[in-house]
Amino acid sequence: MKRLISLLLLLLTVIPLLSACHGAKALPTFEIPAEFDENAHYEITFWAKNDTNKSQTNIYHKAIEDFQAIYPNITVNLRLYTDYGKIYNDVITNISTQTTPNVCITYPDHIATYLTGNNVVVPLDALLTDEKYGLGGEKVKFDAPKKDELVPKFLDECMIGGHCYALPYMRSTEALFINKTYVEALGYTLPEKITWDFVWEVSDAATAKNEDGTYKVNGQKVMIPFIYKSTDNMMIQMLKQKGADYSTENGDILLFGDETKELLRTVADHVALGSFSTFKISSYPANFLNAGQCIFAIDSTAGSTWMGPKAPLLDISEDALVDFECVVTEIPQFDPDHPQMISQGPSVCVFNKKDGGEVLASWLFTQFLLTNGVQIPYSETEGYVPVTTKAQNDPAYTEYLSHVGEESEQYYSLKLDAVRLFLDHVDDTFVTPVFNGSASLRDAAGSLIENTTKSVRRKETVDDSYFDTMFANTRSQYHLDQIRLSSGERKELGALPETAAALLISLAAVWVLIALWFVLKKLRAKGKA
Amino acid sequence: MKKIVALMLVLCTAVCLFACSAPEKSEGTMYYADYVAAALDTEVTIETYVQAKQGWWEKEGVGGVATFYTQDKEGAYFLYDMPCSKEDYDKLVPGTKIKVKGFKSEWKGEVEIIDATYEIEKGSFIAQAFDVTSILANQDELVKHQNEFVTFKGMTVEKITDKDGNEAAFLYNWDGSGEEGNDLYFNVSLDGKTYNFTVESYLCGKDTDVYKAVKELKVGDKIDLEGFLYWYDSANPHITAVKAAA
Repeated sequence: MKRLISLLLLLLTVIPLLSACHGAKALPTFEIPAEFDENAHYEITFWAKNDTNKSQTNIYHKAIEDFQAIYPNITVNLRLYTDYGKIYNDVITNISTQTTPNVCITYPDHIATYLTGNNVVVPLDALLTDEKYGLGGEKVKFDAPKKDELVPKFLDECMIGGHCYALPYMRSTEALFINKTYVEALGYTLPEKITWDFVWEVSDAATAKNEDGTYKVNGQKVMIPFIYKSTDNMMIQMLKQKGADYSTENGDILLFGDETKELLRTVADHVALGSFSTFKISSYPANFLNAGQCIFAIDSTAGSTWMGPKAPLLDISEDALVDFECVVTEIPQFDPDHPQMISQGPSVCVFNKKDGGEVLASWLFTQFLLTNGVQIPYSETEGYVPVTTKAQNDPAYTEYLSHVGEESEQYYSLKLDAVRLFLDHVDDTFVTPVFNGSASLRDAAGSLIENTTKSVRRKETVDDSYFDTMFANTRSQYHLDQIRLSSGERKELGALPETAAALLISLAAVWVLIALWFVLKKLRAKGKA
Repeated sequence: MKKIVALMLVLCTAVCLFACSAPEKSEGTMYYADYVAAALDTEVTIETYVQAKQGWWEKEGVGGVATFYTQDKEGAYFLYDMPCSKEDYDKLVPGTKIKVKGFKSEWKGEVEIIDATYEIEKGSFIAQAFDVTSILANQDELVKHQNEFVTFKGMTVEKITDKDGNEAAFLYNWDGSGEEGNDLYFNVSLDGKTYNFTVESYLCGKDTDVYKAVKELKVGDKIDLEGFLYWYDSANPHITAVKAAA
């Protein structure tokens, strides 16, 4: 009997040890606490991005101050970044040491990678609708929006593998900022709906030079008629407008098709003429536009406060500014009657922690970021749109949008035009599928345009063979052939490898033998007795 | 005979002098003058010595990248986002000689080498700071020393204004939107002209002496500075050391 008890004790000790070792670093699945303990003190960290815009920093600070006044037992520590990529890198680094922030501004593409860790990001499905602490729940101590007050399209963008892993924070799209004065000086009239053909044609015309080497259109030595800020968006939107493939929801990579080649050929042709360049190669489109050295600049609507000679934010000296009429329209289209443009902008995710109370404190702060007091002022700092109908329909916001023709910083006309443009086209926006690896695919899409542009500038031969080689290299560089679905999704992996099957069978056999030995021993002992 | 000996001595001296002034370059690498003359977007191959480096970042597709301030006896080269492993990054300490092949590029006036590959070679060189105080107001002259390790002497700290109109001796980020750990921006003047200098946080982070020293500056302080002559439309030095003016 003593032996039996010893054996059972041994097994009880060993089995938990083995299972604990296997998942030693995994956090427990988050369960919503029955009550939020307001007597406990919680210190949470919030990693945020500001567009090197002091007003945004001030809004974050005020939001934290206001939130802490409501929940004095929660302290929020803000860490500011100026680059989403850096946030992403730091989160990845901190996952293994369980030192992620509590709340983080990020992109769904990035969250899909965070999800490869075990229970790293808190799924928000239950939290969204929890009666007590859900969005606008009965125990939430501020005027939070209800779930149905979030713009459904924006909330859908935070779904990964059938679960909600983030809340939208701000939304924007891309827009085309145009030097109308120069377009007309070149003998063109801006059409109501702008096509890619129009942009290319005017851009090519703007490369004409005087005998002294200056450009005819601006009399300067520098003119890059068309500059695109985000070439990943450029490729993604062009493909979408063409109805061409990019990826499936399941993470199948379809970027490297004939349509992509065709688009790259067009890009190459215009780079060769000197009519197109990119931010990564030439610098900020706004700077060239404002200096009269660019005619078409495509950037986020959130960058509208930097666009135009009267822009409230400037990155060039006053004496470099050129006066011209600047207008903003939707990005160029292949089929102007069915416009398509990307929906983008930051979202907020909550990271899991051992203490459920700490996670709940993080969730409450996340909710606070969606209140009108944060949404409206933050959206006004740049050409962003609030993500809740509660904020969009707030009289303060509609009043803000009603200002026309004022050139003050708050009511800068191009910014308001850009915001109205987005609000008018929310139904024409789209997002690309999110999966573990979608961030890499996005980078790869942009790199195709960047590399083609560089190669043309470097006088390399850009032909079919060039594209085939570039496609193969890009697949390999961005590991696009190794993409796996993110957690939460199940994928048929096929039969178990023979070696693994053999190992499992051996283990089972050993356990069976141990059990047999034990039973036989007991029977012998009984026989002797 | 004496004349022949004298002539030989002169020749020997001249050869030695030439050898001393012209740094050795291995086959296929450019002299600095050739690099300066090379057109943008053309391939360049140079030999240079690491003087300082910004942080190393993981970058998909290439493993990781880092930006290096490099210089030889002739001039300086800024290697932007050069792909390198973390292991190599740790080896590329100041003084390390490298052969670099990449493309000459320009970004807001800053001439740099991008898409570069490198080989570590034998050799070491640390540049002494070149005093550019007297040519600071002459951008045409100053730009010839772009990216070099330089010194500025007897500068006066001037106020800098953030976006809200608040005045300070330095700002976190260009408009004051940042916080501890972000770049520091501050103004200094000489002979009535004001210049904007930066402590680039990826080069000198918040725990470095220069970062701490700049935070202690007061308007009116007289200071000497050292740093790399980075360019952003105009000279925008990345400062690595600050001390009270001698």
